[in-house]
Amino acid sequence: MDNTVNFLLLLVILLNFFILGSSRLVSCIRTVAIQGGMLSLLPVLAHGFSGHTLFLAAGAFLLKGIAIPFLLFKAIRQVRIRREVEPLIGYVPTLILGTLATAGSFIFSDRLPLIAEHSQSLFVPVGLATLATGFLMLITRRKAITQALGYLIFENGIFVFGMLLTEAMPLMVETGVLLDLLVAVFVMAIVMHQINREFSTMNIDKLSSLKE
Amino acid sequence: MNFLFLSWLLLGLGACTASLPWRSSKIPAILGGGSAVLGCLSGLIAAGQGLIAGKAETFSLPWSMPGGSFSLRLDGLSAFFLLPLFIVGLAGAVYATEYMQKEKAPLHWTWYNFLLVSMAMVVTAANGLLFLFAWECMSLTSFFLVITEFNLAEAVAAGWTYLLATHLGAAFLFAFFLTAGAFSGSLDFSSFHLLGKLSVPVASALFLLLLVGFGSKAGIFPFHVWLPDAHPAAPSHVSAIMSGVMVKTAIYGLLRMCSFLPVSPVWWGGLLMALGIIGALFGIAMAALQRDVKRGLAYSTVENVGIIILALGFWMQSRAAGQHLIAALALAGALIHLLNHTLFKSLLFLGAGSLIHGSGSRNLNHMGGLMRRMPVTSLLIVCGGMAISALPPFNGLVGEWFIYRALLGGGSTLSGLGGFFPAALLGLLALVGGMVIIVMTRIIGIALAGSPRSPEAAQAHEAGWPMLSAMTVMALLCLAGGLAPVLLLRVAGQAGVLLDPDSANLFAGQDINPWWLGMMAFMLLGSLLAAFSFSRWRQRRGTVAAANTWGCGFAFPASRMAYSAESYTELAQSGMFCSCLIPESKDGQTVGYFPLIRSFVFTAPDPLLEKFFRPLFQWTAGYCRRCCCRLQSGNLHIYLFYVFSATILLLFWAWQR
Amino acid sequence: MKITILQLFLHLLLLFGLSPLLSGVIGKTKALFAGRTGPPWLQLYYDIWKLFGKGLVLSRVTTWVFRAGPVVGLAVPVLAALLIPFGSIGAPLSFTGDLIFFIYLFGLARFFTACAALDTGSAFEGMGAVREVTFSCLAEPTVFFAFIVLARLSGSLSLDAMFGQTLAASWHSAAPSLLLILVCLFLVTLVENCRIPFDDPNTHLELTMIHEVMVLDHSGPDLGMILYGAAMKLFVLGALVVRLFLPGTTGSMILDLLLFAGGMLLLAVIIGVVESTMARLRLLRIPQLLVGASLLSFFSLILLLR
Repeated sequence: MDNTVNFLLLLVILLNFFILGSSRLVSCIRTVAIQGGMLSLLPVLAHGFSGHTLFLAAGAFLLKGIAIPFLLFKAIRQVRIRREVEPLIGYVPTLILGTLATAGSFIFSDRLPLIAEHSQSLFVPVGLATLATGFLMLITRRKAITQALGYLIFENGIFVFGMLLTEAMPLMVETGVLLDLLVAVFVMAIVMHQINREFSTMNIDKLSSLKE
Repeated sequence: MNFLFLSWLLLGLGACTASLPWRSSKIPAILGGGSAVLGCLSGLIAAGQGLIAGKAETFSLPWSMPGGSFSLRLDGLSAFFLLPLFIVGLAGAVYATEYMQKEKAPLHWTWYNFLLVSMAMVVTAANGLLFLFAWECMSLTSFFLVITEFNLAEAVAAGWTYLLATHLGAAFLFAFFLTAGAFSGSLDFSSFHLLGKLSVPVASALFLLLLVGFGSKAGIFPFHVWLPDAHPAAPSHVSAIMSGVMVKTAIYGLLRMCSFLPVSPVWWGGLLMALGIIGALFGIAMAALQRDVKRGLAYSTVENVGIIILALGFWMQSRAAGQHLIAALALAGALIHLLNHTLFKSLLFLGAGSLIHGSGSRNLNHMGGLMRRMPVTSLLIVCGGMAISALPPFNGLVGEWFIYRALLGGGSTLSGLGGFFPAALLGLLALVGGMVIIVMTRIIGIALAGSPRSPEAAQAHEAGWPMLSAMTVMALLCLAGGLAPVLLLRVAGQAGVLLDPDSANLFAGQDINPWWLGMMAFMLLGSLLAAFSFSRWRQRRGTVAAANTWGCGFAFPASRMAYSAESYTELAQSGMFCSCLIPESKDGQTVGYFPLIRSFVFTAPDPLLEKFFRPLFQWTAGYCRRCCCRLQSGNLHIYLFYVFSATILLLFWAWQR
Repeated sequence: MKITILQLFLHLLLLFGLSPLLSGVIGKTKALFAGRTGPPWLQLYYDIWKLFGKGLVLSRVTTWVFRAGPVVGLAVPVLAALLIPFGSIGAPLSFTGDLIFFIYLFGLARFFTACAALDTGSAFEGMGAVREVTFSCLAEPTVFFAFIVLARLSGSLSLDAMFGQTLAASWHSAAPSLLLILVCLFLVTLVENCRIPFDDPNTHLELTMIHEVMVLDHSGPDLGMILYGAAMKLFVLGALVVRLFLPGTTGSMILDLLLFAGGMLLLAVIIGVVESTMARLRLLRIPQLLVGASLLSFFSLILLLR
């Protein structure tokens, strides 16, 4: 069981790299969806079958794997965004930064005073690495939709972290987080739609002209 | 030691007599060149004795300088640096008898011989003041050699940059020696062991002084800016000496002085490693952008110094961390690479000089097709190119093999950050190795291969025997080092053991046996021979026809269509380099529908020089000028006030004492 | 440090005998996908044999470097093959640190292939040379990272031990790292042998080619040597991938040999499938993929460093 979990977490990191290196918006969204879907297996795999974990898994799968990607796909179809991601600093530098951040999170999590059963598992480093990927995505990409993707990856990282605490965390908190996310994506989609209608571009650089 | 004095005597005599107003132009060449050759031979004997004897010889004379004494010390470390000095000095002297133009030769011989003497004195001096004296002599004589072509504005400009950089560096060395002398009570190196008792912060400050002072001479990354201008401006055999040997004297200084300091904290090594890898990457990237063949080679020196510094840093760092085998491997790698770089870089500079001599241009785009017109030179350059790319069966691989082994050893056994950095450095070093191949195939492919790119190149002529024999010797030495790596290990042994007693086992060949590397080189030669004879055999059986190059149906290929020096690196530069390195291109405007003339100019100046040092110095100069204006107002009363206040200050100082 | 005559003999036999077959298998696989019959399995053998019997046509511009390219291109893979194990048959030559020599041997081949290409003075060959040296330069860190992972797992710095008996045990303890390494080495095999998605070995459009365009001017026995050398290079690098994929030993030498040969053919089929189902990458995307591969292999090292 442990091996499967570790393998899954590793795949999550590979998908992180793929998202950072990919230039196509559609494949980015699809990858984030796959990542979310995979993560939704984690509660069951890590903590065994129970009502709690099953509910969590199903909720996460529906939202991260199906609903949000569906919304995003719909959004890009509506506003007819070009396929390219438009990075600010180029794909190769982002990839290198991503690797450095991943390496950093692995080394950092080694130094953390974790309890014995967590210190060997990949949850903490992968969670940190995914958070960092989300940040990178937010910082280095230009389009509003990639911002939404960044938030999603960010949330995936938090979700991985949350796995350590699933037993302890009340169901309501988890549900709240997931719902928050959904609402955030909704808002984002609407905002995007509006931006597109006003400026006929999705470039958030343009938003900076709104400052005083 | 006696042979060393004999060599200095001969070199000195040659230097003094060569530039006298002789009637015949042959006499200076005979006097200067002959004395240089004899002096270098005698020096080689001295170095050989030092390497074989294994124990230090000292010599001391009183000197009327305050704090100074004329004391010399020839130990394993000095002998290790003397050896390449006199090898390259000898080759350069033979080379120069043909290479130097008649009217500039006499004076050149003076400076050349004095340069050799002062460099030999730098690596044998055992007194701080004597060291600085020799160091300054070395800087000045090499400055005069850089401006040998004093009628060219760029050579003179390069000379001034060099003079400025080297003196700024020397200022840091003065600061170091003054502080060290104050701590140890004397400027003699024999009393410098007292420095070993310094506290870590003070020692670190001294180390930083050394790093800047010697780094500016060695071309360590941020202080390299003068090097790519100055080395190419000098005559080629002087470039060979400067790149191959003079740069190493600074590394000698760094090693010698660090051996007096207390055992280093880990971050010294880390700093050197960081500077080393940045310098290596930067140097080779810039080398790939240069169209001037000698400038490219000079940048490659920056890269190689980076690799040496990286290995030295790794040595310091692993020694501080207590990994003795890895430390010894890194040290061996650094020393062997240092020796190898002397050999192949001088070979390449001499070869580049021969190309310039034959084709009349330093621009790669004006050469082309020289392989047919200058076959021996070209063969030797290919050998040098293989050696510098660390390809078997040449010597370059041996040094890099040790460095890689050290990094692999660190990366494959240590855990956490201790394994992370060696592994990351290993990957970057591999990248550098790949880029060296780009640079060397570019020089060979654009300058030597293909068809001539200019009328001058089509008329190129092969060099005469002095130049060719000098280069052949270097190439043979490169090959010998590759076939017998144990030899290189033995030569570096004395110096290595002196620097790090823990490495004695390694240098004795007990921990590790590079014998296999030589064996593999022989096997490679064997399999190449087999493949070659197969090729000959098939060729004999069939017919051989000559035709034009197949241009996919196009019947009139011209050299203007072939890849140029710039287009060769276009892919690498667009795919790999960061934007600050990308050369500036000046695009001429096209006029009309069928423009006959279209100009397009690429320049790749040093970004660090143009974007940082030049503005910095210009700002400083402006600031000083403003201060100066305020001080020198032209008012007589003010000047009298200066005199008065100076007197008062002096009186006050005397009273204080 | 050992030389075994039997291993030496087996290695050379496998290398010289089997390597051109891979190209036939790749060709058949591609033909199957395209619904063609395709060239015979032994096509490359016929080609090489025929070329060895032909005369030479040399460009008037070329010199000895042009002739040296094929010679080095043939000699290098043979020597490199002696440093690696074929399946569970150990390497005839091995010493500590031979992996560095192994990598620089291929550097030597690259150096001379590029110089020979530039020696023709044609823009096409120059184009190929540029691409070859640039892409291989980016692939080198990947190989080093992959080797350092294997060195870490096996505790040795010789290729024979790194791909030796400990590999099977390593799959149990460090499967994720090894899987990543497998993918990376496969990518390196593709780029070093100029296969899709890095290069298209079939097209004769100069703009898309790397290796093919470099050897445009070679003819007769020289071209034969180049084809043979390229087949051997694929075999040698492929052998590393196959060994990584099929570690361990069955105990009997014959079975091991058959297993290894089967693995090589499977690799050829996989390459064929990749070539049939994928398109060539845009030229500027290739460095990106190669950097990605090196970062991936570096990451697999980080997994082990904890």
